[in-house]
Amino acid sequence: MKYKATIGIECHVQLSTKTKLFAGVDNDAREAEANTLISPLCVGLPGTLPVLNEKALELAIRAGIALNAKIAEYSKFDRKHYFYPDLPLGYQITQYDEPTILSGVVEAPLPSGGSVKVRVHHAHLEADAGKSTHPVGKNYSLVDLNRAGTPLIEIVSEPDMHTAEEAKAYARELYLLMKYAGVSDVNLFYGNMRFDVNVSVSATDELGTRTETKNINSFRAVEKVVEYEIARQIKELEAGNNIDQETRGWDDNAQKTFPQRSKENAHDYRYFPDPDLPPVVISSEVVEKERALMPTMPALLRTKFSELSIDSAKVEALLEEPTIAHELENIIDAHDINTAKMIANWYSGEIARLVGEEEITWDQVIGASARLIDLVAMIDGGLLSTTAAKDILKDLISSEKSAKEIAEEKDLMQVSDSGELEMIIMQVISENQKAANDIKAGEMKAIGFLVGQVMKASGGKANPGVVQDLLRQSLGL
Amino acid sequence: MSHKSLISSHEWDAIEKIVSDVNSGKITAIELVEKSLKLIEDSKEYNAIISVTEERAKKRAEEVDAKIKSGMNAGKLAGVPFIAKDNFLAFGGETTAASNILRGFEAPYQATAIEKLEAEGAILVAKANLDAFAHGGSTENSDFGTTLNPVDSTRVAGGSSGGSVASVTLGLAPFSLGTDTGGSVREPASFCGVVGYKPTYGLVSRYGVVAMASSTDVIGPIANTVEDVAYVLDVLAGRDSKDSTTIDRELSYVLSGSLQNTAHIAHRVGVVKEFLGDGVDKEVREVVQDAADQLKKSGVEIVEVSIPSIDLALACYYIIVPAEVSSNLSRYDGQRYGFSKPDAVELEDSYNESRAIGFNPENKRRIMIGTYVLSSGYYDAYYKKAALLRTKLINEVNKAFEKVDFLVGPVAPTIAPKVGENASDPLKMYLLDIMTVPVNLCGVPAISVPCGSAKGMPVGLQIIAPMRKDKELLEFAKYYEGVRK
Repeated sequence: MKYKATIGIECHVQLSTKTKLFAGVDNDAREAEANTLISPLCVGLPGTLPVLNEKALELAIRAGIALNAKIAEYSKFDRKHYFYPDLPLGYQITQYDEPTILSGVVEAPLPSGGSVKVRVHHAHLEADAGKSTHPVGKNYSLVDLNRAGTPLIEIVSEPDMHTAEEAKAYARELYLLMKYAGVSDVNLFYGNMRFDVNVSVSATDELGTRTETKNINSFRAVEKVVEYEIARQIKELEAGNNIDQETRGWDDNAQKTFPQRSKENAHDYRYFPDPDLPPVVISSEVVEKERALMPTMPALLRTKFSELSIDSAKVEALLEEPTIAHELENIIDAHDINTAKMIANWYSGEIARLVGEEEITWDQVIGASARLIDLVAMIDGGLLSTTAAKDILKDLISSEKSAKEIAEEKDLMQVSDSGELEMIIMQVISENQKAANDIKAGEMKAIGFLVGQVMKASGGKANPGVVQDLLRQSLGL
Repeated sequence: MSHKSLISSHEWDAIEKIVSDVNSGKITAIELVEKSLKLIEDSKEYNAIISVTEERAKKRAEEVDAKIKSGMNAGKLAGVPFIAKDNFLAFGGETTAASNILRGFEAPYQATAIEKLEAEGAILVAKANLDAFAHGGSTENSDFGTTLNPVDSTRVAGGSSGGSVASVTLGLAPFSLGTDTGGSVREPASFCGVVGYKPTYGLVSRYGVVAMASSTDVIGPIANTVEDVAYVLDVLAGRDSKDSTTIDRELSYVLSGSLQNTAHIAHRVGVVKEFLGDGVDKEVREVVQDAADQLKKSGVEIVEVSIPSIDLALACYYIIVPAEVSSNLSRYDGQRYGFSKPDAVELEDSYNESRAIGFNPENKRRIMIGTYVLSSGYYDAYYKKAALLRTKLINEVNKAFEKVDFLVGPVAPTIAPKVGENASDPLKMYLLDIMTVPVNLCGVPAISVPCGSAKGMPVGLQIIAPMRKDKELLEFAKYYEGVRK
């Protein structure tokens, strides 16, 4: 039988606010000692009340714009109840049925070509729980409430994906969007983005029973989870078994999903509007003001970069660095296409290599933009070969010196002076009479050989275009 | 015991007078605090107080006295002792909400209301008894015993702010703080013959007050006169950055001078028809009717007003409030503070046993009702319907206020019940709230002012005003006090 897989993804994004969603304590728990970033609310003391962090709302609006979503004029917070030691209030403050971010759409390019369009059902704001750890072999668990109350948005997709490649591409695109919107540190290692992956398979038009694999924190694992679940579910169905609707976990070492909680144990969360928090009202003026502050997003950058004839893998690599991508955009807008092409090639080639080797930083690259543009102009003006230009990139970017200064120091300036070149040419012709005669006899291929000999004799500094012209003149062509 | 002799409402001058005496050096803060502590010690049999904050109170009194001695401003309530219901988080002792689950809990921060009063020189001397977590109308649901009515100690003081109200009736302090979720300030005030005020929802910050039902909880002052209540409200009112449901205040709530010009006070007052039906004791009805007649005689136009949905308000209240209660009490799980079953093995046991032992039957009843009405499958039939009904009630009340300036009626359908009278019948207990809960559901301000007695027990007149008309309400209530005298 032929099975079709259907995939939906819920993505939690940790917002990079200074303080928590409802309490004025530091939000950055990465390096902090356990239970030091807490307020009476984070501990769930009697009498505490939540007060919405306006900055978190602003970031949510930006995230919504990045998702091409509508921002709700009216939204509200609800309480989701369950008991767990890392949930001090006994409920999570979230948005149940009237979220701030309404339907949107994300289009993600696929490495194999084309793209996948994924509709976003909605995205809601919520406060994270604390962190529980269960030391092996001990009869206790530990709770750290530093993370309790950290602002998250949960982006809920429609089940619009059908392959592991699409799922991975969508996850990565969300990452880029949140990065460009400037709403999150998007550090997957620290769990700034976590994915819950819903997978079902079906041989008919009707959707199959889905499983939800929770808390995935890499794009690669998203891909692997989908591959594994599709294969596992097909195997189960082929064996005549049913798929249980359940929550599963991902074992990265074994590269396997495993069951965590079945639907029978599902909570009744008893959602109801949080009476401590007034509804959130957002005017269209506020949204438009935020929209005007948004940078150019990856989709438009891809279109702009498409005329630079660099391959899509390189474009995607450039997009990982928003400041560089935006610098390239500025160069495209302000200079001719050849300049932009040359710089794009450096960005994704030699410069990327130098940054990778920590010889230079992207910040230095941005700072050297004007000098890079001068460098291209020198190549265009015949003052420097492209090879020589590449050789001075590192010095150019890491120092304050101009391209001309460095090229002169390194004696790399091209010789375009015809007097000097003619001397070399006459020398070369006299040493290569056979080739000269061949050319005169119409054997044009040999001209390349002579150009090469001239270049060699000039120590690589001759301008090859000028050499060719002078050679032709000398040979009476 | 001889009851009447213990009614010492005149132990204390008007608050403004006390403050001026403290400032002029006629009396010191420490003398006032010691007087209050002595009175508390002498009236233990009424069980109005859970704990005293003696050490901190004396220290603060000395600070106030030192300030005054050095010519500094010691605040609008300089040296005035007060008592707070034990669901206000405060330094100097325990905050228990009269529940076993919080017994021994020492607050690491203070309620905004306490902070504001302290900033103006008031001195907290004791924490008053209440029904545990404010669940009840008699303090019989307190895990610390019942507060007896100072007028007749065979009767309850009412609740849930029974301890705060009885404290004022007993003259233990010039004023006290209560909370009013469904009548918890007004009902005991009516039973004990003092003035109890329920401000507009959001006028006083709820921060640092153990929550009962977040959408109806308000903090209210209790005192001997409307003027005193207004004077305290003036310190309490206003926005708080820690409570996002708070609202802007008027410039001042202090009442000054006598208000005899009825045209200025009220054009027209509505007697709520549904409040004077068969469910109300005949004696109570007569006293309230007399009050309305006195107002009429003084020149106020009295009309009858009908608010049909008010009959459904109690049902609505006993869905919405338990829903919020069940949620607000989730945090008492025995894991971080408060009572925790010491020998529970699994996490689940720790939750179940800590809560089973820590909460009392009435707490559990409300948690169960609330959990039920929020459960999937029942939410639409109960919680959602109650929320719709609440909106309908608000619309009807708003409509009534298009025709009248204030609404009047009884506070409770009866005088204070005998201790134990309703103990086995929670429904009968809930019925005591029938005329106070609509006010909380609507968020409007209301007051209980003594208006006479029935069977020798005090009866309060409830006066209700539109949203944010607190100042006008207090002025009218003061006017009524004058009419009654």
